[in-house]
Amino acid sequence: MTKDMIGSVMVVGGGIAGMQSALDLADAGYYVYLVEKGPSIGGVMAQLDKTFPTNDCAM
Amino acid sequence: MDESKCIACGACTEKCPKKVVDTYNAGLAKRKAIYVEYPQAVPLKYRIDPEECIYLTKGKCGTCKKKCPVDAIDYDQKPENVTLDVGSVILAPGFEPFSPAGLDNYQYASHPNVVTALEFERLLSASGPTHGHVARPSDGKDPKKIAWFQCVGSRDMNRCDNAYCSSVCCMYAIKEAVIAKEHAGDDLDCSIFFMDMRTHGKEFERFYDNAKNKSGVKFIRSRVHTITPLQDTGDLELRYVTEDGALKTDVFDMVVLSVGMQIPAELVSLSNKLGINLTPGNFCDTGTFTPVETSRPGIFVSGAFQGPKDIPQAVVDSSAASAAAAELLSGVRNTRTKEKELVPEMNVLGDRPKIGVFICQCGINIAGVVNVPKVVEYAASLPYVEFATDKLFACSQDAQDSMVDLIAEKGLNRIVMAACTPKTHEPLFQETLTNAGLNKYLFEMTNIRNQNSWVHKNNPELATEKAKDLVRMAIAKVAMQEPLKETELDVNQTALVIGGGIAGMASASSLAKQGYTTHLVEKGSRLGGQANNLFHTAKGESIPEKLAEMVKDIESNDRIKLHLNTELSNVDGFVGNFVSTLSSNGNEETLDHGIAVVATGASPYTPSEYSYGSDDRIITSLDLDKKLMAGDPALKKLNGALFIQCVGSREPERMYCSRVCCTHSIENAIELKEINPDMNVYVLYRDIRTYGEKELLYKKARQLGVIFIRFSIDNKPVVKTENGKLTVTVTDHVLQLPMELEVDLVTLATAIIPNTDEKLANFFKVAINQDGFFIEKHAKLGPSEFPTDGVYLCGMAHYPKPIDESIAHAKAAAARAVTLLARQKIFSSGTIAQVDQANCAACGVCVSICPYSAPSYAEKGRFAGKAEVNPALCKGCGLCVASCRSGAIHLKGFDTDQILTQIFEMDEAV
Repeated sequence: MTKDMIGSVMVVGGGIAGMQSALDLADAGYYVYLVEKGPSIGGVMAQLDKTFPTNDCAM
Repeated sequence: MDESKCIACGACTEKCPKKVVDTYNAGLAKRKAIYVEYPQAVPLKYRIDPEECIYLTKGKCGTCKKKCPVDAIDYDQKPENVTLDVGSVILAPGFEPFSPAGLDNYQYASHPNVVTALEFERLLSASGPTHGHVARPSDGKDPKKIAWFQCVGSRDMNRCDNAYCSSVCCMYAIKEAVIAKEHAGDDLDCSIFFMDMRTHGKEFERFYDNAKNKSGVKFIRSRVHTITPLQDTGDLELRYVTEDGALKTDVFDMVVLSVGMQIPAELVSLSNKLGINLTPGNFCDTGTFTPVETSRPGIFVSGAFQGPKDIPQAVVDSSAASAAAAELLSGVRNTRTKEKELVPEMNVLGDRPKIGVFICQCGINIAGVVNVPKVVEYAASLPYVEFATDKLFACSQDAQDSMVDLIAEKGLNRIVMAACTPKTHEPLFQETLTNAGLNKYLFEMTNIRNQNSWVHKNNPELATEKAKDLVRMAIAKVAMQEPLKETELDVNQTALVIGGGIAGMASASSLAKQGYTTHLVEKGSRLGGQANNLFHTAKGESIPEKLAEMVKDIESNDRIKLHLNTELSNVDGFVGNFVSTLSSNGNEETLDHGIAVVATGASPYTPSEYSYGSDDRIITSLDLDKKLMAGDPALKKLNGALFIQCVGSREPERMYCSRVCCTHSIENAIELKEINPDMNVYVLYRDIRTYGEKELLYKKARQLGVIFIRFSIDNKPVVKTENGKLTVTVTDHVLQLPMELEVDLVTLATAIIPNTDEKLANFFKVAINQDGFFIEKHAKLGPSEFPTDGVYLCGMAHYPKPIDESIAHAKAAAARAVTLLARQKIFSSGTIAQVDQANCAACGVCVSICPYSAPSYAEKGRFAGKAEVNPALCKGCGLCVASCRSGAIHLKGFDTDQILTQIFEMDEAV
């Protein structure tokens, strides 16, 4: 069964969640297609000013 | 747009005649039809908005094509369908903020000073339309009073269909109020109107407390029903009813609607197409024990699509989803990836420095202020400089390629980059050096943007002089730089998981399924941890059944070596090469392992309050679970049962919420109502925190007739037993009168307290927070690992959490660990401390001061007894260098003579 498997993964969505999945899989040895409908990755987090509870800059 | 050609210079945007609404700034500003969303966008490539572009809609204009210096504009690009063969899919499509436009009582559509929280986020942002100055949209006036309304588009079945809690709005509203006060000063009056304050995450309760008691944010428990704009002033009059029934009126300058998360309609139809089951709130349906699996095998889910959640939880789930996909595909790992070809490194040791200097214009970011050609001319005149030039964007692919060519063509052996911040861009430029066959440490970066052009906008001449000074200092330093070596270390391919509860088991199972031999150490005599005491999950699954399956899975897995009744008695070594001592009944064995996962869990609090221990009818939540699991027939005969929440949680000495107790009590309240519908069931609470779709349980409990009575921390209920009668007295929050309730059972929802394990913390050099939980690497971006390389964290050792979140966290820790194990070899940094042992006085200061235990005394050889630094442990912080009284320790790449040279060069400027 393993032989028929494909060592690549498609991640749908380039926000914080999709980026983290893509990085983890790529670093573990899988080819990743990261698909994002917008022109850049980052998602809603890129629109935030600071993040709670540390008040770190979201960017 | 031809992305391979675009250099993001911005010439197209500057001349584009078409202005459109800027969605990145939540509609508060305009952008052009050709645009990048924001300056830090990745990829930094311009894009044409096809619905807005004059050329694409009307066939004329074409300005951007004329202005583009690299001919990147291509109006003929068409959407293409691409077919990909993949082994697995992860869905991380996110959410959309709820649009309050349809709710006329909030005036959002009709009044500019009613904004959504996302719009307010842009108003607070330095890169937003007001540059971070909070100005109200109608007239740009500084607001004096701002109100936040919670639960807009959440917990609301009347005005919208979103019955769930969006989980994040309480915290972001508090954050916005605190930051707004920081921006505008303490005079700014910030009021948050809420139903229940839900600050159930790590460090959230303290954040709430500080907002209230230090920042002076006001919290008003009320749902505002009417907003009336006061003519012409732009002000808004709010009418609301307080808990005691009093009608109040107050005037605010601005109203922020804390909008919830919602799954967009297009995602619902995509899910239907994919055959994926959704929850009542349209989130992806998952099981408690399979928190990232969709109903379709091979398709996994992460982020807000799985349920409304904050960033750390999204990051955890995403790593967990990667682990789940990797478990499936471990047999074909590395079959679709390519090894990077390495360019052999040139030996430049002893060669005369030939320095190349690159000055980045950063579009207009630097060149708009600094006279870049003058800096280039100046740099070229300095000693050892072979070549100097400027680049529009030094980080662009074509600029990188040309740097590689220039290094070869001019025979450069040292590079200076004057550009932005090394924090984000140094690795990129160093890779370019590696690609050119130069040791990556023969490089110095100086920041002439953030610390120069951005802060000295009004002084272009002085900014140019400062850029010259910075460049001169960098050149002087790099001239003395030598190639540095990175020590190569093998990564032991064995894993160690400490703790055999739900989290430890899930982590070990994932590591084993990904192909790694895993040792699972549990100090008790059985697996399962606290889950052994639990009845069922919030979704109704039987915990004993699922737990038995997990235990069986662990025991039957050949790759998992189980060590029961075993504790860690020592840990030596470092990332990739740990040597731990396992002690079991007086026997010790050593274990070599590459990584460690800490999953040591937490414990239930034993209450001293509410007469616990004085009467069998006063029990804890876990005691009640035991009765339910045993099917205790006495439960059916109860006339009255009462739950008291926050027993030991959210107290001054334990300033955190235990996260699971509201849901747990409500589940059990429902259970009791189902056993006997005539039973009077009460829940005494401070705030109900059934976040996400757990809110549906709260609703169900109310429908079944469970009575919820709120109390405040300074007026807690009193539990009494007199003449065999068990009574609880509580002041009702609506009537404001004490009520005496006679019941047969009182369940105390006790806190979850940490197993503060200082020994383990010392073994792995990791920190514990003031509440006693382990501190993760980064609250947002590194929730499943420690700052110590090779050591990972999951489950309740991190913070109290329900089973689904523990399992996701455990899988996430496994995924993060595999990213290290998969490398098989790691390289230490080149910028580390090195001891000149001939000068070492063996005083031991370095050994005692190092936070990473990198220095030690050499055991043998000519310099036995003198200090030596383990390159694998050294982080290059320089503490030992600064504290060495003999001047015997050098920090490679930052040696004293290099730093002094820089200072002398700076001195020339003053």
